[in-house]
Amino acid sequence: MKQWLYCALVLVFAPHLAAAEMPLNMTQGVTEISGKVYDLHMTILYICCAIGVVVFGVMIYAMINHRKSKGAVAANFHESTKVEIAWTVLPFIILILMAIPATKTLVAMEDTHDAELTVKITGSQWKWHYSYFDQDIDFYSNLATPMSQIEGEETKGENYLLEVDKPLVLPTHRKIRFLMTSDDVIHSWWLPAFAIKKDANPGFINETWARIDQEGIYRGQCAELCGKGHGFMPIVVQAVSAAEFDTWVSSQQAAAGAAAVEAEAALSQSLSLEALMAQGEQVYMSHCAACHQPNGMGLPGIFPPLKGSAVATGPIADHLEAVINGRPGTAMQAFGKQLTAQELAAVVTFERNAWDNNTGDTVQAADVDNHGK
Amino acid sequence: MNTLTRELNSVAEPADQTQLHEEDHHHHQAPKGIWRWLLTTNHKDIGTLYLWFSFIMFLTGGTMAMVIRAELFQPGLQLVEPNFFNQMTTVHGLVMVFGAVMPAFTGLANWLIPMMIGAPDMALPRMNNWSFWILPFAFTILLSSLFMEGGGPNFGWTFYAPLSTSFSPDSTALFVFSIHIMGISSIMGAINVIVTIVNLRAPGMNWMKLPLFVWTWLITAFLLIAVMPVLAGAVTMVLTDKYFGTSFFEAAGGGDPVMFQHIFWFFGHPEVYIMILPSFGIISAIVPTFSRKKLFGYSSMVYATASIAILSFLVWAHHMFTTGMPVFAELFFMYCTMLIAVPTGVKIFNWVTTMWRGSISFETPMLFAVAFIILFTIGGFSGLMLAITPADFQYHDTYFVVAHFHYVLVTGAIFSIMAAAYYWLPKWTGHMYDERLGRIHFWCSVISVNVLFFPMHFLGLAGMPRRIPDYAIQFADVNQIVSIGGFAFGLSQLIFLAVVLKCIRGGEKAPAKPWEGADGLEWTLPSPAPYHSFSTPPEIK
Ligand code: HEM
Ligand SMILES: [Cu+2]
Ligand SMILES: [Cu+2]
Repeated sequence: MKQWLYCALVLVFAPHLAAAEMPLNMTQGVTEISGKVYDLHMTILYICCAIGVVVFGVMIYAMINHRKSKGAVAANFHESTKVEIAWTVLPFIILILMAIPATKTLVAMEDTHDAELTVKITGSQWKWHYSYFDQDIDFYSNLATPMSQIEGEETKGENYLLEVDKPLVLPTHRKIRFLMTSDDVIHSWWLPAFAIKKDANPGFINETWARIDQEGIYRGQCAELCGKGHGFMPIVVQAVSAAEFDTWVSSQQAAAGAAAVEAEAALSQSLSLEALMAQGEQVYMSHCAACHQPNGMGLPGIFPPLKGSAVATGPIADHLEAVINGRPGTAMQAFGKQLTAQELAAVVTFERNAWDNNTGDTVQAADVDNHGK
Repeated sequence: MNTLTRELNSVAEPADQTQLHEEDHHHHQAPKGIWRWLLTTNHKDIGTLYLWFSFIMFLTGGTMAMVIRAELFQPGLQLVEPNFFNQMTTVHGLVMVFGAVMPAFTGLANWLIPMMIGAPDMALPRMNNWSFWILPFAFTILLSSLFMEGGGPNFGWTFYAPLSTSFSPDSTALFVFSIHIMGISSIMGAINVIVTIVNLRAPGMNWMKLPLFVWTWLITAFLLIAVMPVLAGAVTMVLTDKYFGTSFFEAAGGGDPVMFQHIFWFFGHPEVYIMILPSFGIISAIVPTFSRKKLFGYSSMVYATASIAILSFLVWAHHMFTTGMPVFAELFFMYCTMLIAVPTGVKIFNWVTTMWRGSISFETPMLFAVAFIILFTIGGFSGLMLAITPADFQYHDTYFVVAHFHYVLVTGAIFSIMAAAYYWLPKWTGHMYDERLGRIHFWCSVISVNVLFFPMHFLGLAGMPRRIPDYAIQFADVNQIVSIGGFAFGLSQLIFLAVVLKCIRGGEKAPAKPWEGADGLEWTLPSPAPYHSFSTPPEIK
């Protein structure tokens, strides 16, 4: 029997043990602040352990030696003002000693003055939007793990659920100020290596900061329940040297310029239904399928279906309106900010023709550009 | 005082008052079968109803926990889709808090308070009936919303706006309505407890002679009356924001989503103490009994309970350190939260000192009580760590918090309820429970519960957020261990069911006072306790 149990346990755990590398403690992180937070954590942990050893020690001693079965006879003391004052005052003093470093660290954490770089972080269901204030750089960062890995059709990669299409690139040794807000529900931007966890509240802006000491890739996740994709909006920061950062900034600005030219060109293009459908399907799967489902059926009572829906088979202008400007106060975001005119045209075409919607309509980038004008 | 007692009693329950003077078998005239339970105004019947209801809810919420742990057994999405997963975490929390823990304490209060203070029954027996019987409706509504199109509540038991308003499923109105009913039930229960304790104490049972269970429940009842209306306000604002176009929590209309959290936690933090103060009372009854020694520091226990209750109104924002409060507010809430550890510590020291140089034996109630002291203290330690604001930025909304509140609620509140059940079962049923089975239940529970919850501390520290249906592969091993602990803990509770059923059916006859070291009026009554506890007030030494 025991052997069987042992075999079963080995079978269950062995394949994983080889891959295991989960730290069992908080890590020190890569900023001065995260180091201080780690120290606070360790100090309070040791204090708790010490108190635990004393209290549990006394208790276990009594449990072993003051048993009835060992012939122990109960004493009959049941009060002692001195002892009680002592064990009220002593913990109080320990707490004050603990509060001093905690206060100092907290005050330092909240001091966002004199930042050299400001990044605005906007949470939206279920991705992060980063914009660099003075650099004019602006992009969305989506989960990069494919659905097939999540559903177990493919083996899971090393950074399963902790990988994004476009990481947040930040320079080391500069004070960076983060501004957090949200487009819809509350999210929370958590990067353990910086000891930063700050809520992104819709309609309000929160501030925090970091000065990164080490280059590297750091991963985190959204920490506040934000709906069904909450487990699927990771954060990846790539910290590079200041020089590398500056080159990255210029390359991004150049790329943005090129993209603008391309978008301009797209306005005068007219693509075939097939070409639009192919591009549209990709956009749909990465931006829409999480709610409206890959089969366009939605989730009854939460996310409306697009298959055969009034919007997807009705007037094109209404369809464009819903996609570009969203439906305020619902989970339907305004995609006008996130996608190019070409992508919007493709995805709307796709929705109007997929799943037997077969309207035969094609929508071109120029139509998107003209919408609402 | 005494005339008031009589008066109140006769106003409240004229029918029973006349019966009080008859022989105890008068209740044979009472309705039989289902009507006996539907119409009962007897504190023991109602206590029994509450306790069984609580146990059924415990198994219901437990089943949901099993779904959660099964999904989290491996990385990837296997069994349920994320939206259903969120419904499971939400309803698990609501059912355990409002369906399992709180009704169990009300059930214990019903059974024990009249016996402990030398009263015939609760002061307001009809309201007592009502406060129980609306509960099954509340939970039927809540649970049936899971089967509605769009599903049940999926925004966490803390239902933060705007996830619970603009972004919530259509069934949210049912959630709101069920919370209202639960709140009304709790408030009525609390009023009954207060009126009973204030008015129906036997002559000579003065305040500083009250058993600690009565004291802690009295204070809990005041907390309930103070904060349940706040919860009602919060759900009502969610209702009007969602359905009637108000903007309490909607920035676009001038509202503030963080205000929701202030309101919720102004209820929520006292609520967590509502779920632990009666436990303190239970442990303060059991530890002296099995140490055969008087409780150390009775009066400091009373003062500690009162100070915890008062402080519990000043710490709510420790759940909100990451929402972006001004530094001075963060400091204030950090200091107040740390301060709560002092009276909590006093209690633990008192229990340990009670055991010190006692003559201890380890029957099942004592095993649970000892496990309570150790494991609740571990939960207190993690609470203290969470109070340190800069460190909380790392712990918040991770499995570290999940570990914390399960240590205080499962190995705290629930273990104390188990301890209470074993301790008073002989009084309730007239039979001794099966000690061997009880011990098996204890050891299975205490081992599995630690396999279940201790590794969660590591998960949190390593960076695993709470409320996620899928996770990075580095967390796989530990989650698997946790899930195995979870299944084992869930199954172990069936042993408890077996013990209780066996004890009700029969077993060794229990004497009036089955525990050598027990003290208190309830042990002066025969076992099983008569239908009406004290028809004539007992003599208080
Ligand atoms: C020494 C005493 C305690 C201290 C200092 C303490 C402190 C804290 C803190 C700071 C948090 C917020 C953690 C976070 O979300 O980041 C927390 C969460 C929590 N605590 Fe405690 N706690 C103590 C005892 C208790 C007790 C006795 C209970 C209940 C029986 C309890 C139940 C909870 C619950 C349910 C939560 C989490 C609620 C949620 O977010 O879902 N705590 N505690
Ligand atoms: Cu989230
Ligand atoms: Cu709290």
